[in-house]
Amino acid sequence: MSTTWNEATSMTASPITEQHPPGDFDPWRVREDFPIFRQRIRGKPLVYLDNAASTHKPQVVIDAVSRFYGEEYSNIHRGVHYLSQQATDLYEDARRTVRQFLNAKHDEEIIFVRGTTEAINLVAQTFGRMNIGEGDEVLISAIEHHANIVPWQMICKEKGASLKVIPMDQHGDLKLEQFEAMITDRTRLVSLVHVSNALGTVNPVKEMIATAHRHGVPVFIDGAQSVQHLPVDVQDLDCDFFAMSGHKIYGPTGIGVLYGKKALLEDMPPYQGGGDMILSVTFEHTVYNDIPYKFEAGTPNIAGAIGLAAALKYFQGHDITALAAHEERLLHHATENLRNIDEVRLIGTAKQKASVLSFTLCAVHPHDIGTILDQHGIAIRAGHHCAQPVMQHFGIPATARASFSFYNTMEDVDALVHAIHSVLEVFS
Amino acid sequence: MDELRDLYQEIILDHNKNPQNFHKLVDADFTLEGFNPLCGDHYTFYLKLDGETIEDIGFEGSGCAISKASASLMSSILKGKRKEEAEHLFSLFTDIVTGKIDPAEHIEELGKLAAFAGVADFPVRVKCATLPWHTMHGALQGKQDNITTE
Repeated sequence: MSTTWNEATSMTASPITEQHPPGDFDPWRVREDFPIFRQRIRGKPLVYLDNAASTHKPQVVIDAVSRFYGEEYSNIHRGVHYLSQQATDLYEDARRTVRQFLNAKHDEEIIFVRGTTEAINLVAQTFGRMNIGEGDEVLISAIEHHANIVPWQMICKEKGASLKVIPMDQHGDLKLEQFEAMITDRTRLVSLVHVSNALGTVNPVKEMIATAHRHGVPVFIDGAQSVQHLPVDVQDLDCDFFAMSGHKIYGPTGIGVLYGKKALLEDMPPYQGGGDMILSVTFEHTVYNDIPYKFEAGTPNIAGAIGLAAALKYFQGHDITALAAHEERLLHHATENLRNIDEVRLIGTAKQKASVLSFTLCAVHPHDIGTILDQHGIAIRAGHHCAQPVMQHFGIPATARASFSFYNTMEDVDALVHAIHSVLEVFS
Repeated sequence: MDELRDLYQEIILDHNKNPQNFHKLVDADFTLEGFNPLCGDHYTFYLKLDGETIEDIGFEGSGCAISKASASLMSSILKGKRKEEAEHLFSLFTDIVTGKIDPAEHIEELGKLAAFAGVADFPVRVKCATLPWHTMHGALQGKQDNITTE
């Protein structure tokens, strides 16, 4: 890793020529599916490298949502009329699509939520409230997003339990040799990020789940950054809970999924009270509905679920292995080029990474990098990426982060590298 | 790219590289932290007063070029100014970087601060430029709690 910070700029460096053949995956053809790329940003073609924050939407997703509102719309469940039955069918079909996508065993193990954050809060406030007591422990890792820290902190504080953290090394890999020893007879849950949003680290969650299970401890996997990059099979992983967000996998915002093993979900108390989550209500007593409805109080994001199903079908219409290989090439190309710039410090050089590239530039704050790149029509993210403990570990306030999707091209990476040289020129 | 040149003016880049008054004041009358949670800009400002006049001003911390240059220029301009003049410049500066008034009409008053007029074209960067001023303002008001931009 090039961590040498040098005052001299290397303005003459040109991007490394990509050695790998592009393979049969053609990102240019994929881009035609995404209307956003038809426009220019600040007079330049859009180079969108903020995919870890959110992905763009293919026309099929936009059409599915639009068609639902224009032709198929109604509220779902209990409606006796045609449109309501149709909307209910579409909503439940979407649940089935998600079930197939994650390879869950049962449709009712799929709960629609707003996103990964809500999924984690749901489990913290139901499973957590029921199972975590005074003196108990919840085990998370040092590379978590705030969404997989704060909900556990809240329930631990309320119950007098403690939050323990699996440490990471200087590359952004978890110190796995310490993991098993951190599981005690007071550990009630292990909650782990699958892929780090700030560093790109892919955690070996399958092995970690097996380790936790040897001690009888259930495991929650935060899949917000994984499902769009790696094939995920919840039965193969054997995770007890899994969460994902629709908008990060080419679907709409405001829709996400909580997967939970049926027996666990059935034992858990409801999250929110209201319509749809009940079987019968009197002023004295309420009988809760079965899963998944027990956890879906109120009118859900019906259009979101339908849009998510369209996104998952679109995504699965591609060869996921070819797509992952393309993203790997993009990451490799970007990493190698950035390594060649003396002023660049790469943050996150884990053994296995998804296509997330965090970096800092000597003497240039990430916010300034972001502003200058934006003037080149390049969208990256600059900040702490909702992972302040990760920033603290590396002793930095923030990073600039480029994150790639399968619709990105080698030319996007070259534009990034070129623009980073411009940043250095401004600050030389 | 013209906007970019307007934002990162030579004087801003110079003050970012070699900030003025970038040190602690051990005998400060007021000490206050300013923090931008969005991007992590974090400074501590020190003010020493002589009656109604700002006798000395210093700052420490880290952040982007805009915030650091703003803190540096603010500190050099406010030294020797009366509190009410400082408050007036605070309001003028805020109006300039938010595009509420035309800097051309206040060239004399603004002096080197006119370099920040380009910030108005970058709405997300306004908070970077105003963080030092808000913190200074808070300190003069005798505020104890940290100033944040969110």
